[in-house]
Amino acid sequence: MTAELIHRLHFAFTVTFHYLFPQLTMGLALLIVVLKSVALKTGDAKWDQAARFWGKIFGINFVFGVVTGIPMEFEFGTNWARFSRLSGGVIGQPLAMEGVFSFFLESAFLGLFLYGEKRLSKLMHWFSAVMVFVGSWISGFFIIVTDAWMQHPVAYDRLPNGQFEVLSFWQLLLNPWALLQYAHNMTGAVITGSFVMSAVGAFYLLDDRNPVYARIFLKVGVIAGLVSSILIIFPTGDLHGKYLAKNQPAAIAGMEGVFKTETGAGMVLIGQPNEETGEIDNPIVVNDLLSFLIYGTTQAEVKGLDQIPRDQWPTALPLLFYAYHIMAGLGTWFVLLMTVAAFLLWRGRLAGARWALWALLLSFPLPYIANTAGWMTAELGRQPWLIYGLMRTSEGYSNTVSASNGLFTLIGFMGLYLLLGLLFTVLIYREISHGPEPAYAG
Amino acid sequence: MMGFVWFWLVAVMIVGYVVLDGFDLGVGVMHLFICRDETERRATLASIGPVWDGNEVWLLAGGGTLYFAFPLLYASAFSGFYLPLMIVLWLLVLRGISVELRNHIDVGVWRALLDGVFGLSSGLLTIFFGAALANVLRGVPLQADGYFFLPLWTNWQPGPHPGILDWYTVIGGVVALVALTLHGALWLTLKTSGDLAERTRRVAGPLSIQLAVLTVISLGATIHVRPESLDNYFNYPFTFIVPVGVVASLAGIWLFNRARQPLKAFLSSCLYLFFMLAGACWGLYPTLLPATTGMDRDITLAKALSGPHTLAVGLVWWAFGMTLAVGYVVFVYTKFKGKVDMETAGH
Repeated sequence: MTAELIHRLHFAFTVTFHYLFPQLTMGLALLIVVLKSVALKTGDAKWDQAARFWGKIFGINFVFGVVTGIPMEFEFGTNWARFSRLSGGVIGQPLAMEGVFSFFLESAFLGLFLYGEKRLSKLMHWFSAVMVFVGSWISGFFIIVTDAWMQHPVAYDRLPNGQFEVLSFWQLLLNPWALLQYAHNMTGAVITGSFVMSAVGAFYLLDDRNPVYARIFLKVGVIAGLVSSILIIFPTGDLHGKYLAKNQPAAIAGMEGVFKTETGAGMVLIGQPNEETGEIDNPIVVNDLLSFLIYGTTQAEVKGLDQIPRDQWPTALPLLFYAYHIMAGLGTWFVLLMTVAAFLLWRGRLAGARWALWALLLSFPLPYIANTAGWMTAELGRQPWLIYGLMRTSEGYSNTVSASNGLFTLIGFMGLYLLLGLLFTVLIYREISHGPEPAYAG
Repeated sequence: MMGFVWFWLVAVMIVGYVVLDGFDLGVGVMHLFICRDETERRATLASIGPVWDGNEVWLLAGGGTLYFAFPLLYASAFSGFYLPLMIVLWLLVLRGISVELRNHIDVGVWRALLDGVFGLSSGLLTIFFGAALANVLRGVPLQADGYFFLPLWTNWQPGPHPGILDWYTVIGGVVALVALTLHGALWLTLKTSGDLAERTRRVAGPLSIQLAVLTVISLGATIHVRPESLDNYFNYPFTFIVPVGVVASLAGIWLFNRARQPLKAFLSSCLYLFFMLAGACWGLYPTLLPATTGMDRDITLAKALSGPHTLAVGLVWWAFGMTLAVGYVVFVYTKFKGKVDMETAGH
């Protein structure tokens, strides 16, 4: 294996594992604010107790997010030194801002939220929950700004020594790519949060315990789940996809499996891209749909990979195609499931519909898969570029760190993260088995 | 001018990190030896529970600041110190997990295991951080392209081809271990009560004397390994105030601890760390990473600085953001001020 591949895998593995946690952190943070707000408004102790229960899950999840996040901040330098040396002036900026503006806020108020309930007024405790939410969502924004600049570099100049320099701070932060990706990504995080919350509610009802809390979890989870599942497709996914199609034609061609440029391009629902023959094997295609989705008319021309030089094709074409299709397929399932569940909820029949509860319970891993597949789509679609159009991935990794040194630490991370995964499962299992405490007054 | 400003802003982040995370690392080391039962252990951990995670943020924010202000330094140092940095990351992961999870587990053996992991990883981290700073002070074998790759050790000599560990950097590690263990002991004296606080106080006395001896040794060793470290001091003699501050704060630790004034003793320890780090930075300035392969290869401010617009814009948001951050820190420490309740801690 080449050093380039090892360094890519190193970053990909650690960031993929890391992002299993923040997506729940960010989604749950919003839902906890909802629980605390209802508690504050109605004075109903049940909702406070529900918030406390999710606060515990949040706390465990947050710690795993923090400890797996610290390596990310370092890996830019350790594994991608040549990239960091040139890009630090631009993307070092949002990364540092994440620390300065988000982590301080988040950690301070999480400490207050988890440990300080007795020392704070009800309003202050609610406020702490809001600040944790704000902190975690700001954090997400700066990471997206960082990634968006690599996807779609804006507002930069090159200094004589080759370094990139920011020309406009606001253009960097308000990169259209960042705004679209942020909306799409945060909606994805809310999906994870709401699916997890409704799954726990469904689990309690199926197992015949904590019925009061189970109904609260289902109510909040299903409503938030329905709204976010719709928003992930329209408008966030739709707009992001159109912008991507305009700016990264190679990526969209790879995602959709368009080898040949055509007008009235069909959309491949299922199939296997064959790089040798330049065709999709065993395809199921809906005629004209792709042209319509991207350009709003069935007759538009969609640029295929045949118009793109071979050395600028996404390097892992089938993987890109599968990742994108898994994300899109799961997104469709989310809307279906949550529409049915919301309908049952509205009719007051969800708690008795065991089949629907089973479906909700079993669907909780799917948003994790969809979010991961979405990120793989974005990052594989950018290849072979590290900074789109400006710097190739092969020019960015640390060439002082040999392949086997990289492999050694990659294996180290794999072992450590296996242990973390097991610990996390045990701890969350315990919290869920234990369940919320019975409500008490005051 | 921008170089001067950003050099010291990064230094501020490092001092903030060491002073704050330093005491919870020290508490990690201390709790292995000092706690006699579960109640004491819970109180000890409760004293850092709400704040350790925020303290660690200084490392992240500092790393990010370094990345954008001095990209060359960040790229060169992080890839060059690849192996020890990865070990540091693993230790940080293990430490964070063990401290947070021990309260979720009520099986004694697992708890003991997690406590052991927490103490050991805390201690190793202090040694690594000390050795890391010593590596920077000693210099690394920079190549013409600005990169290097250090093995963990070579012949234990700080010559032109050193390893991460040699006799000098080991001294750095030991100084950090003792300084931060003492820092943690003083924190515990301040935040806990009764028998536990008294025992930590009695440990702090001898530790501060050991630290004084080690400080003198490490200063001598630094001057021996890199005599240029003194240049700035002789060019600006008023800066000898820094070593005077080191001595005064060491005396303060010992005296206030003896006089049972734990807050003043702890603050003296903060000052000690401040003066030691500021003194080290001043000994380097304007070099960021000296080369053992010839002075022309030193990574200097001039070579490593980001573009002018980046730095000017950065100054605005950095000042604004850090003002907010300091506000949160003050707010949290005020909310959790006073001693930990020994009976209800951690429940």
